[in-house]
Amino acid sequence: MNSLTKVMISPHIHSGRSTAGIMRDVLISLLPATVAGAVIFGWRALLPIVVCVACCVAFEALFNIITKKDQTVGDLSAAVTGLLLALNLPANIPLWQCVIGSLFAIIVVKCLFGGIGGNLVNPAITARVFMLIAFESLAVSAFPIDTVASATPLVADKMPSLLTLFMGNYGGAIGETCTAALLLGGIYLLVRRVITWHIPTLFIGTVFVFSFFMEGFDAITALSLTLAGGVFLGAIFMATDYVTSPSTSWGKVLFGLGAGLLTCLIRYFGIYPAGVSFAILFMNILTPYIDQWTKYKVFAVGGKR
Amino acid sequence: MSMAFHLRGIHPPHRKNTLKQPTVRMDAPTSVTIPMAMHIGAPAIPTVKVGDSVMVGTKIGEASGKISSNVYSSVSGKVTKLAEYLPPYGNATTAVVIESDAKMTVDPAICPPSVNSRDEFIAAIRESGIVGLGGAGFPTHVKLDVAPERIEYLIINGAECEPYVTSDTVTMLTRADDMAYALCQLNRHLGINNVIIGIENNKKEAISAMNTMAASISECTVNVKSLPSVYPQGGEKVLIYHTTGRKVPAGKLPIDVGCIVLNCTTLAAIGAYLRTGMPLVEKCVTVDGGAVKNPQNIIAPIGTLIEDLFSFCGGLRAQPAKIIYGGPMMGVTVPDTNYPVLKNTNAILALTEKEAKLPKPTACIRCGTCTNTCPFGLAPASIAAAYEKKDTEALKALSVETCMECGCCSFVCPANRPLVQMNKLSKQLLKEEQKKEVPKS
Repeated sequence: MNSLTKVMISPHIHSGRSTAGIMRDVLISLLPATVAGAVIFGWRALLPIVVCVACCVAFEALFNIITKKDQTVGDLSAAVTGLLLALNLPANIPLWQCVIGSLFAIIVVKCLFGGIGGNLVNPAITARVFMLIAFESLAVSAFPIDTVASATPLVADKMPSLLTLFMGNYGGAIGETCTAALLLGGIYLLVRRVITWHIPTLFIGTVFVFSFFMEGFDAITALSLTLAGGVFLGAIFMATDYVTSPSTSWGKVLFGLGAGLLTCLIRYFGIYPAGVSFAILFMNILTPYIDQWTKYKVFAVGGKR
Repeated sequence: MSMAFHLRGIHPPHRKNTLKQPTVRMDAPTSVTIPMAMHIGAPAIPTVKVGDSVMVGTKIGEASGKISSNVYSSVSGKVTKLAEYLPPYGNATTAVVIESDAKMTVDPAICPPSVNSRDEFIAAIRESGIVGLGGAGFPTHVKLDVAPERIEYLIINGAECEPYVTSDTVTMLTRADDMAYALCQLNRHLGINNVIIGIENNKKEAISAMNTMAASISECTVNVKSLPSVYPQGGEKVLIYHTTGRKVPAGKLPIDVGCIVLNCTTLAAIGAYLRTGMPLVEKCVTVDGGAVKNPQNIIAPIGTLIEDLFSFCGGLRAQPAKIIYGGPMMGVTVPDTNYPVLKNTNAILALTEKEAKLPKPTACIRCGTCTNTCPFGLAPASIAAAYEKKDTEALKALSVETCMECGCCSFVCPANRPLVQMNKLSKQLLKEEQKKEVPKS
């Protein structure tokens, strides 16, 4: 037996984890929220989901064909972007707006910056913010808490009960209302080691603590404000996007803290609703700096001689 | 000694199947090919010519210079060729090809060395042809030739963290007497008092065998330390840190922090030589991988061709995709089976297409798994980016020289980026730059 075998540099085995596998896990983790959205908002909610996913995949495929790049839709990241975008939109959104949003997410935010891994900000979040500014339909349907955002929001009497907030049977974006479904997906991502606890815990925790203080130590209202307004969807699924969040543990802690803080600042003192989206977008931009600040100390470098 | 942190690492599949099989001594192959460079340093100079008769243990290569090692015949027979030997990596040297007479007659001149002083001890080790058998192949006599008061700890590496490989475990299970003898002699001649044997906790029998051995030694303190089965536990700096808490900086040697690390098989070889005078002529090799019909540990004469090892294992059951010297994490591939067992060969693996399948590289998704896995806290993705720009300043700032090339980053990368490969190239780039700078100054 002397036929040539492959000559390569080590290592010769691989863990088997792949980008496509990770993205598949994210899609699976979003299934409960998708189903909950369809149950809560009716079958119409599935239309924006189908349109966004199909458009995102199609736009990325077309971009790759036109620019003669390797086809990347197989890594499923475009599908994840489409699904996340749709889950952040109201069920009754005109479908042509979904097409525009998908185009913005995939072409402007992702492909023009070099495709997967190259984007500076999260495509779905950025597209949502873009649509919020561009289309009335989003602003109007945003959650009551955000529309009444003022320096002293006395929203307790308008707030749905905690159980309603947990089960998601109230107005809002397709995928953001059912906390139970989002938690289920989050646990799946943790178990599958796709994400770590840092960002979601710090993000959600900071929103709660900040609200707790702002609401005069009213735990129920603070909890309501934390469950509402897309905090869980953002903290578990959007803020944990690998490309646009820090990679070290301390970096993730900072990112989660910052995103939670910004969400509350925008909610209480800003003029726009959707504090979560803006907060994540800001933190995306800060990520390269956070990565710099929180680099791991290299073994036996700079230590005692 | 308690350690605050355990360095990061990975959990590759163990696949140490050969432990269930008995270790078999191989008959003399029809011929052996023994290279003059099976160690780090200057190649040995052949002391035989074509037509010479040699026996097991006859010197066929003389160490040339301080960092070099003697080479001995592993069979009895006739020298048929002094051929050019091109190793899978490194420079071409000479290999002595010996046709075996199948008798394995031992050279009558072989007798235990007379050792009565430190210098005689170092000289004996130099004579033995022993080099670092864990894979590095650094001449052992050079490693031991330091001022005895500098040696605070002797660390015996029994971690054996590479998948498949079990030859060190076999050594610990079957050659504890050789190891004990070596430790006593090291204590006597080099004054080594503190010995720590580090073993991964997936080798319970080896740990218990070493504990029994340690209990039998009264001359010095021997501690057996059970370590988590996390690759790369057997990396020299990793092992030193986990056994003593000391950190060896890049460019420094273990002795700079008062440690000497010997592989357990090296230690057994030292004991065997001091007892019998038989130099290093054979090696226990794990022959495994999905393509091998009967995977097992084989004690083979050094110079046995991979082809003969496979035949001894009943041949191959499938076309191998890769043939590897050593383990799958850090081993070196060869293009065919015409390569010999070297002094520091601990395993020969024939992996099938399925075992050796690596996914196609895709774009980095900045998931950070590489930096969250690196035992030394390096940032492989950033190093790769800096290398692509040939930014040597950035590479230095990223401490790429600290990289031990364990391959954890490449193993875990979901985009299968060639990360450790880029680290190696980056280190190469920095070395070349240094060479260029020297003449200027």
